Amino acid sequence: MSELTLFLIRAAFLAILWIFVLSAISVIRSDMFGARVPESARGGAPKAERKPGKARKPRRGAPTHLLVVEGENPGTRAELADAPLLIGRGSDAAIKLDDDYVSTRHARIAASGDEWFVEDLGSTNGTYVGPVRITQPTTIGLGVQVRVGKTILELRK
Amino acid sequence: MSQTGSLMSGGLMTFVHRRRRGAELFLLVLALAVGIGAYAAVGLGLEGEVPADIVGYGGWLTALIVAAHVTVRVVAPYADPVLLPLVAALNGLGLAVLRRLDITYEALGFDQHTFARQQLTWMTVGVVLFIITLVVLRDHRVLQRFTYTAGLVGIVLLILPFLPVIGREINGARIWINVAGFSFQPGEVAKVMLVIAFSGYLVLHRDALALAGRRVVFVDLPRGRDLGPILAMFGVSMMILVLQNDLGSSLLFFGLFLAMLYVATERPGWLVVGAGLFAAGALAAYTFVGNVQNRFNFWLNPMDYYDVTPGSYQLVEALFGMGWGGLIGRGLGNGFPERVPFAYSDFILSTIGEELGLTAVMAIVVCYGLIVERALRIALISRDGFGKLMAVGLGAIVALQVFVVIGGVTGLIPLTGLTTPFLSYGGSSLVANWVVIALLLRISDQARRPAPRMDPVADEAEADSEHTQVVKLK
Repeated sequence: MSELTLFLIRAAFLAILWIFVLSAISVIRSDMFGARVPESARGGAPKAERKPGKARKPRRGAPTHLLVVEGENPGTRAELADAPLLIGRGSDAAIKLDDDYVSTRHARIAASGDEWFVEDLGSTNGTYVGPVRITQPTTIGLGVQVRVGKTILELRK
Repeated sequence: MSQTGSLMSGGLMTFVHRRRRGAELFLLVLALAVGIGAYAAVGLGLEGEVPADIVGYGGWLTALIVAAHVTVRVVAPYADPVLLPLVAALNGLGLAVLRRLDITYEALGFDQHTFARQQLTWMTVGVVLFIITLVVLRDHRVLQRFTYTAGLVGIVLLILPFLPVIGREINGARIWINVAGFSFQPGEVAKVMLVIAFSGYLVLHRDALALAGRRVVFVDLPRGRDLGPILAMFGVSMMILVLQNDLGSSLLFFGLFLAMLYVATERPGWLVVGAGLFAAGALAAYTFVGNVQNRFNFWLNPMDYYDVTPGSYQLVEALFGMGWGGLIGRGLGNGFPERVPFAYSDFILSTIGEELGLTAVMAIVVCYGLIVERALRIALISRDGFGKLMAVGLGAIVALQVFVVIGGVTGLIPLTGLTTPFLSYGGSSLVANWVVIALLLRISDQARRPAPRMDPVADEAEADSEHTQVVKLK
């Protein structure tokens, strides 16, 4: 085996190694910028909403605020534009409740795309969506009743 | 964790990830080219011909990779497309380098010269466990139920080497067990268990840890009852590792614990506390443990200790080898990696540096970097806190391990024994790392899968809401 052949083998192997690494990087790159949105998801919403960073413009029929419908502080509301919203007895909560059965940091409402989620923050008495105590972030729609302690909250238009 | 909220509203999740299984297949073909190409180059360099068993070897490697790929396609279609190829390439390259060392060891008449074959067996076990993990574990959140069980199992695994019958002490570290003729390092599995335990605990208590408590100087100290259980888990495992004289693993566990605490609580104060504790621990170890003092001296003045025992012979030979390899190396089979003791495990990178040069070492470091990047990326896009923390923890394991071992071999930091993930010879480490990748793929599959749509049309939701109101309120 001549010196030159060995050199060519070495160069070829290093080339394959780097082609592999660069291909992996290019796959990651396409993942980072513009993963394509499938047709079904693209249909309904206006384009502006899909762009990250821009202020969310409420779609017709989309919820705009969170309202306390039952409990110690009925009528208290918080705008969803300020999401994520913290619900609890603490002073840093977006909806501050004087309900003894509510924890200081009880639950959180946050958006993902067009959907709103409620997530329990390890509260003492739990967070209920309808009759079910939630254990993980749960989707809530307009008017779905979220119960924390003795208080019931809803997303409203 | 407030990054959950900001991420959700930030619009990052508004795009839907593609499956990218085709891209994964393409990368896997390239990864196999790397593995099998290296094997062929070893034969050409050492014996002047393509090795006779390349069809069998290549076929076996291909079968393993195809099995893993098909499993991902079926049970985790949305999983990250880059992780599996990266691991396959590293594992294949590692096998070829081990084969290269085997041939030389056999020619020199060493006792052990079947590392490549054993490693291939372990890789098979690893891929089988990878497949089992993906098939059995359909949702990583199930693991959250086993928070304390995982912590207990992790600690029991760490204690196993102390047991009289099965425990073994090899090369001064009591980290082995021997069951039915197989040596195994339970610590490798323990670190995965402890990641699960830490994630499960921290995801429940992160708010309490971050918010409740007193402020001392710069640092918000959490309440004892919040920190207690996890501190106990961590303290016990650290103590065991120190007793086992396993410096590398102690460092790994400490870094892992700190990284997860920092990510869970978002308090930079933990890094200050951690750096302080690390400095204190390192100083104590330097003062009281002779071994550590030696390692420090070898690191600062390697050339002065070349001839003495214990000395820096191993490190210096590795540095010579890498220096001789230069930019593109001597070519597989044309170096003298057998001069470095343990070239097949801790020092495999010096073999690669000598025979394939800086070009290949950089490619390998980039591969590890990409694995860690993918882990952190998975943590970012994951929808649940437990998955986030687990992905960060698993990524931190790989990152710390690679830093400690590559930094040690290249003389950047004092040398501590750890295996290079996927490259080094070492069954336990290889198997555990394949499971780590399976867990990461499972979390990424959950994270990248489009969320099921609950209210497709606004008008329907509107009608639905009025309906709900009438029934429940009025």
